Amino acid sequence: MADQLNLEVMSETYYDVLKELGNIGAGNATTALATMLGCKIDMKVPQVRLLEFKEVGSAIGGEEQIMTGVYLAVEGDITGSIMFLLPTEAAKHLIGKLMGMTSEGDTFNEMELSALKEIGNIITGSYLNSLSAMTNLKILPSVPDLAIDMAGAILSVPAIEFGTMGDNILLIETQFTDDQDMSGYFILVPDLESYSKILRSLGIC
Amino acid sequence: MGEIIKVGMADLKTCKSPDGVTTLGLGSCVGIAIRDPVTKVGGLAHIMLPDSTAIANNSNKPKFADTGIELLVEKIVEEGANRQRLVAKIAGGAQMFAFQNKVDMVRVGERNVEATKNKLKEMRIPILAEDTGENYGRTVIFYPESGDFIIRAVGKDEKTI
Repeated sequence: MADQLNLEVMSETYYDVLKELGNIGAGNATTALATMLGCKIDMKVPQVRLLEFKEVGSAIGGEEQIMTGVYLAVEGDITGSIMFLLPTEAAKHLIGKLMGMTSEGDTFNEMELSALKEIGNIITGSYLNSLSAMTNLKILPSVPDLAIDMAGAILSVPAIEFGTMGDNILLIETQFTDDQDMSGYFILVPDLESYSKILRSLGIC
Repeated sequence: MGEIIKVGMADLKTCKSPDGVTTLGLGSCVGIAIRDPVTKVGGLAHIMLPDSTAIANNSNKPKFADTGIELLVEKIVEEGANRQRLVAKIAGGAQMFAFQNKVDMVRVGERNVEATKNKLKEMRIPILAEDTGENYGRTVIFYPESGDFIIRAVGKDEKTI
């Protein structure tokens, strides 16, 4: 059996599966976040796209848009990494819900950074839990790390990982709604063997 | 002032005075600006990985420091530059996250910078200035007319090197 999987020829089914995984993961995250923030937040996955590197910037609102990126390594049956990206405005809004207030401007203070990491942890953790449940594969996330910077710079990290395998990035857009609509993005970067494992365990292959 | 031409990730473009070239949000990637100071023809490459020979699927030349720099130089020369006069400025190669522990990602920013410097040295193109490393993203704009390499980063003053 060929372990070399070409990301570019991935079938529609795989995208639908990732979207479904995203929805289920979003469902898990909603419950956890709602508990943490004390309010109801709806999450859904409107789009899963395979983009060329040069398209990613505009897909997320511009390479220079300042965003928060939560990044973790994934180990176990699946190896790779996962990133969750959130525009500053959305991050401030969620922190505001958690802490009852936020600081002015585009920067975050220590407490807010801590809260952000925790929120990012819950969101990525939920996504990985649902992936694990659906595939029956052991997925162990590392401690998350956080960067607040231009989207292009943050994205360079998973982009480079994808770059070792091909010339595209898989972008999963997630929409959050409490009293306002916000968009966040997941980028899951399993290595090639892990992609094969995921497909096989889902019976697509 | 002319047009500013945008260069994406794993991409390269040439331009002539008075135009400029820009690339946005360089993280662990490296931006390499090269020009001929006499004919004022130049270009910018945005590379992502150090070494095309280490990757099986390596047909995308601008993605790698070695093949990307070679291709950029070829194109600049085609536009009317003298190979012997070429000079370079570089930026990027940051470590965006404290840990990046997958084998190919460890210190990738630093390795991109090393590979860039090695390739430019091999091609005898002197590096006149650099703004590399650290842990933040950079946007760069390069003008072959003056050789100005403008660097912007969040929370920092804009600088020209």
